[in-house]
Formats: sequence, C-alpha cells, structure tokens
Amino acid sequence: MATTRVIDTTTPSSDEPLLFEAQKKIYPQKVHGTFRRIKWIVLVVTLGIYYLLPFVRWDRGPDAPNQAVLIDFVTKRFYFFGVEIWPQEFYYITGLLILAALILFLMNAVAGRVWCGYLCPQTVWTDLFLAVERLTEGDRRDRIKRDNGPLTLDTILRRTAKHTLWLIIAWWTGGAWVLYFADAPTLVWQLATFTAPAMAYVWIGILTFTTYTLAGHMREQVCLYMCPWPRIQAALTDEEALNVTYRYDRGEPRGSVKRNAALRAKGEAAGDCIDCYQCVNVCPTGVDIRHGSQLGCIQCGLCIDACDAVMEKIGRPTRLIAYDTDRNVRARTEGKPTHVRLIRWRTLAYVAIIAVVGGAMLYTLLTRSTAGINVLHDRNPVFVRLSDGSVRNAYTLRVINKNRDARTFELTVMRPDGTPLPGAQLSAIGDEDAADGRVALTIGPDQTREVRAFVTIHDEPRGTAPDNADIVFRIRDESGTSGASARDHFFGR
Amino acid sequence: MAHTDTTDHGHAPQVDSLTGVSTTGHEWDGIQELNNPLPRWWLWVFYATIVWAIGFWIAFPAWPLISSFTPGILGWSSREQVAEQLNDLREQRSAMMTRLEDSTTAQIESDPELLSFARALGRPAFGDNCAPCHGAGGGGAKGYPNLNDDAWLWGGTLADIEQTIRFGIRSGHDEARVGDMPAFGRDGMIPRADIVAVADYVRSLSGLPVENKANLTTGAKIFADNCASCHQAGGTGSRELGAPNLTTGIWLFGPERETIIDGVWNGHGSVMPAWQGRLDDTTIKALTVFVHTLGGGE
Repeated sequence: MATTRVIDTTTPSSDEPLLFEAQKKIYPQKVHGTFRRIKWIVLVVTLGIYYLLPFVRWDRGPDAPNQAVLIDFVTKRFYFFGVEIWPQEFYYITGLLILAALILFLMNAVAGRVWCGYLCPQTVWTDLFLAVERLTEGDRRDRIKRDNGPLTLDTILRRTAKHTLWLIIAWWTGGAWVLYFADAPTLVWQLATFTAPAMAYVWIGILTFTTYTLAGHMREQVCLYMCPWPRIQAALTDEEALNVTYRYDRGEPRGSVKRNAALRAKGEAAGDCIDCYQCVNVCPTGVDIRHGSQLGCIQCGLCIDACDAVMEKIGRPTRLIAYDTDRNVRARTEGKPTHVRLIRWRTLAYVAIIAVVGGAMLYTLLTRSTAGINVLHDRNPVFVRLSDGSVRNAYTLRVINKNRDARTFELTVMRPDGTPLPGAQLSAIGDEDAADGRVALTIGPDQTREVRAFVTIHDEPRGTAPDNADIVFRIRDESGTSGASARDHFFGR
Repeated sequence: MAHTDTTDHGHAPQVDSLTGVSTTGHEWDGIQELNNPLPRWWLWVFYATIVWAIGFWIAFPAWPLISSFTPGILGWSSREQVAEQLNDLREQRSAMMTRLEDSTTAQIESDPELLSFARALGRPAFGDNCAPCHGAGGGGAKGYPNLNDDAWLWGGTLADIEQTIRFGIRSGHDEARVGDMPAFGRDGMIPRADIVAVADYVRSLSGLPVENKANLTTGAKIFADNCASCHQAGGTGSRELGAPNLTTGIWLFGPERETIIDGVWNGHGSVMPAWQGRLDDTTIKALTVFVHTLGGGE
C-alpha cells in the first residue's frame, strides 16, 4: 500500500524544506458576467443591511428604545424589531446559531462552498477592497506593472489614495458595528463631537484594524490558513454537490485556437480549452480550477464568467467551466447519462432538521409569556418540622414581568394536575396583602423580583399529609390572561 | 499493509508524488505528514508573540526568585488590583449601602429592593460567620438551633434576632442573653431515679411514647418542683430565660431518653459568640434580615 510514496532524487533540497512561504501576491483581473453580477448584488444588499440597519427605527412605546436592532448591554436586553430577548432567553441565540450551521450545511450539500464565494464577510469586504484597488491602481496588468516598475510619484499618490479609501471603509465598518450597541443617531453625534464613550472608539479601532488587515492585506490567506470551514466542508461534502468544475471531458486536450480547429477539421480529438489562463487571472484566491476541486476554491464562479467570455469570442459553447459535479464529467467521458440531483436524502434531511429547529423556535417565540417564574428549592434544610407538627419547605422564586407597566401577580401552589395540595398553606415574604389569605406579588415594569416563598402542610390528623409531592407554582396577573408556572417538589420526610 | 514498522522516524524525508511536497519522514499506519512550509505572516506573528513575552517579563511580575520574584517595571500587583476592585465595588454599592444604614430592619423588609439587597449581603456573611455551627442554610445541628423553624429559644422577632447576633448567648458580654440549665444530677439536686422519672415525663409532654413502667406521677411532681420555674408548668418554656418549649417535638439536643437524662444530669450552657465589634452594624443588620426571612421570623 505504500506505493504512493516515491523517493524523489531530482530535488536536492528536499531534506531542507523552507522555513516559511512568502505570500504570493494575487492580482485578480476584472471580469463581467452572470456570477459577477450576482456577487455585486449580494455585496450591495449585505453591506447595505450591515451599514444602515442600526438607523432603522421601531416604536416600542415611550419607555423602551426605538432602535429596530439593538444589543443593549446596559439594561441587558436584545431588541430585534418586534422581538425582545432577555438574558435568560439566550437559548434563542443558541437556536439561531444551530440554524445558521444547518443552513451552511444545506448550502454545502447543494453547491459546495457557495457561502464562501458569495456571502462570507471576508469575501464581501475583500471584493469591495479589490474594487477600490482597481479604481486607484488599475486592473491586473497595471498593478503588476506598477509593482515591478520603479516607484513613481503617480504610484505613490495612487497607493496613498487606495489605503486612504481602505481605511475609510474599514473605519466605517467599525463605526457601524458599535451602532448596534447604542442608540445609533445619538452615538453618531457623540462620535462626531468626540464625546462618545472610550469603549466605542476602542471597538471602532479594533474593527478598523481587522477590516483593513483582513480585506486589504490577508485576503485569500484567511481562506487558506485561518478559516476552519474549508477543512470541515471537505469532510461534509458529497459527490452530488454542485461545485465549480472544469469539464475536462470537453476541455482536453488543450491547444491553441488554430491548432485545435485544424485537429477538429481532420476529425481528431481537440478540446475547447485554449490555455488562455483567464480563469486563473480572475480568481480571487489564485487557484487553477483546471486542477479540480481544491482547498483554495471558494466557489465564487468568477472563472465561469471569464471562461464564458472567451468561449463566446472563439465561437465555442459556453460553460466549459460550470457548476457541475465531477461525477457528471466522468459520466460524459464514459458516454453515460448525467444528472443533477438537488433533491436527495441529504438535502431533504437538512431541510427537515432546519424546519424542525426553526419551527420549534418560532413556536416558543410566539407562545412565550410576558410573565415568568423560576423556582429554587432550599437545599439546607430541605424541610423543617414546625412546633405544631406541620412541615414546611422553603423556595426562592424569581418572578419576571416583561411588560412595560407594573403588575400584581397572584401566586398559587397546586399539584401538577391542578388539584389542590391537601392541607397546604402558601406564604411569601413581601406578600403585599397577606391578610386576605392570597399571596399577591407586585413586580415593577420590565423587572424581575426575587421572592422567598414557603409551603407549609399541616399534618392534621397525623399521617394524612403527603410525605413527598410534586407541586406547581403558578402566577396569574390581575387580568387573568397572562401567567406562568414552574414545577418543583415538596419534601415531607 | 507492507509496513509493519508504523513509526519509522528514522526514514529520510521524501517527496509525496501526488502533491510534490516533501514529507517529514514520519509515518503512522501508512499515513504520512506533508512538510508544508508555514506562511511568512504566521512566522512573523510567532516571533511577535516571543517579543511580546519578553516585554511582558520586563513590564509585569514574571520570574520566581528564591524568596521573591521579579516585580516588573510597571509596579503592577494583583493584590493592589483586588484592593482597587473592592473599592470600586464599595463605590458601586454605596447608594444602596447608605439606604441600608439609614433604614430600620422593619423598613428593610417592607421595601422589596432593599430586602433583596440586604439578603444578598446577608447570605455570604451568614456563610462566613454562622454556617460553621448553624449549617449552610441555617438548618442547625445537635446543640445548634435550626433557624428556619418557628421554635425560638430567645425570640424570633427582628429585634430579638438582632439582640442575639449582636451580644450572643452566654458569651461573656454584659448584654449577652444568659440562662442556665443546671446540672441537676451531677450537682446532687435530684436523685438518679427521679431524673429518669422526669425524663420520661418530659418525653410524654410532646406525645413521645414512654415505657409502661415509667412513673409519670413522680416525674410530674419533680418537674413542678424543679423545672417549671423556667420551663413553666406544662413545659411550654420561657423566652425571657431561654428555656425551650418542651411540648413542640422540636429538640435542640435530641428526643432520645438517654439524651434527656444526660441533659438533666449534666445541664446545658452552649455559647453563641457576640458579633458586635467583629461585624459592622450594616452586616449585622443584613444578617438579622437574612435570618428573619429564612422562614421562622416572627
């Protein structure tokens, strides 16, 4: 089995590998076409959302912030349009992350690393930075010439302009980031008048630095060396996923336009690939797609656009490079039928799991109460025997009022099936009107309150009270429409 | 599998035919490791971390010496940082602390916000100072009262609890609560046989079963003569004297016949220390509220 190993005698330095590899500068060339157009649209939409969303307003009444999307660390609330999330509801964020991962897996099952090519922030910002680079320093040839030629005043000016524009974009990226954590118009004014909190400037600084470095200088290095997704993706993918594929069944053998035309005239085998290297020149990660699917390929389809343009010029059919599967290419070389199977057990399974997780999240979100109660049973002592022979258990309750006005809740205790607990008496510290035998608790607007509650069971006549019982604490507000309950246990022995 | 030697580290590096990259010469079950060079920026970051580490050693406490350590030129110390953070905490709490200092314990309990604050302050103070005897949740132990039930030796109102915490019981403090259960047997005040009779009688007060041969009539007489002055006729106890109610079925030392005989023979006189002077007034106030709201507060 060790036959793949070949002892190389032609490379004398093979026992002294290089300590490091310098970044090979990539000069992606301008390209037009379907996929480039899709990428521009995605870029405008995603960056538009990112930069402008903090300014969208959403009326929540006079006592709440009117920013549509706001992560408010001060009052510990997360606002997303009509949804308000409290810290104890963090599971919604967990659910969103699970959904995000599943959607990524689904994307991968349909079209490989399509996330990388179109939606990944690294790709989107790199695209924007490349556009700036093209605007200031020219296209691929000009940039190569400028890098290899003497340093002229023109080059210096153009490079200065490029870095200035990059820094402005990077600064704006950091600036938009902090707007999600405070009232956006107020913070913009504070930033403009240099009265914003120091933390805002620190975060803008951090994100300016990362954006400028990652999108301006690191680019494909992030995909090749830093990002875990290419590695995970390689383990998740299957042969049915549509990948950017060089159709070597059509392309090979390569040759010049004239030579292949002559071969074709003679009825001999001739490929459509004319070795023009347009696919390599436009690639943002500098790979040669003709070597097949590889770690550097982010599935952006720009090589498809480049190749199509060439094919049109030389009068050959387009899509020599296309979203296809290697399996189909092999099938064509063998004369077998090809297929594209987007609906298969894997994609269906992902869709099903996404539907289940998304549905469960939506259900809990839509049916969640504006009140809440959590119970913690005393651990030491678990119960106490009182002088009249009755047994008492103590609980620490946290009662939650998510409404914007104070509410009084009536607290009751019962068996899980709703029947009363025989001989049980409920009391609480802080009960507003204990005299009437009911336990009423007033919770301020948008607040929680810790309440110490006691359940006492009178064992009279002796032996009739339950030793241990499952119990439910229930709160109902005055209107009787809103409430919550929590299960716990009563220990009598 | 042609290779039986699975880790042939001694092999010379070779070039992998598929990738054209040389290997490290290591092999595990036929899997070889490619010796891809690191990207240059990675190496720079690595060197930068080394430079950072050296800078860190110079700036901050780092190297252990025989009896001390290199202090670093910035003069930073974790102890000072703790002191600073405690100061910050004090400042952060100061508004609520002032409110707590200015309120009576009864006012604290009627204000939900202040009550939460006092309980939060009282809980760790209880854990630090009271839990070793009374248990983490005030559940008590043999000889140490349960603070959650409704049986109070000296009273369970806010004022009673504060008085007990402040000055203790038999603590030697001038204002401490004092009341002794004499050693009736050891000091020869009651003969042995009568002590057994009175112990049986005491058990019968809370409905505990007694032996058929028990002489409850004698026991009742002995009780009336010797015990009722503190424990009251019928054994209902007296809080002025710290004499427990013997009818409730709640026992500080236990309901066993031997335990009661032992108590009457040798007497009792457990001590609760005085906390005034050891704890500041605000902490005592918070502790009072905490204990009062454990469940037994009156």
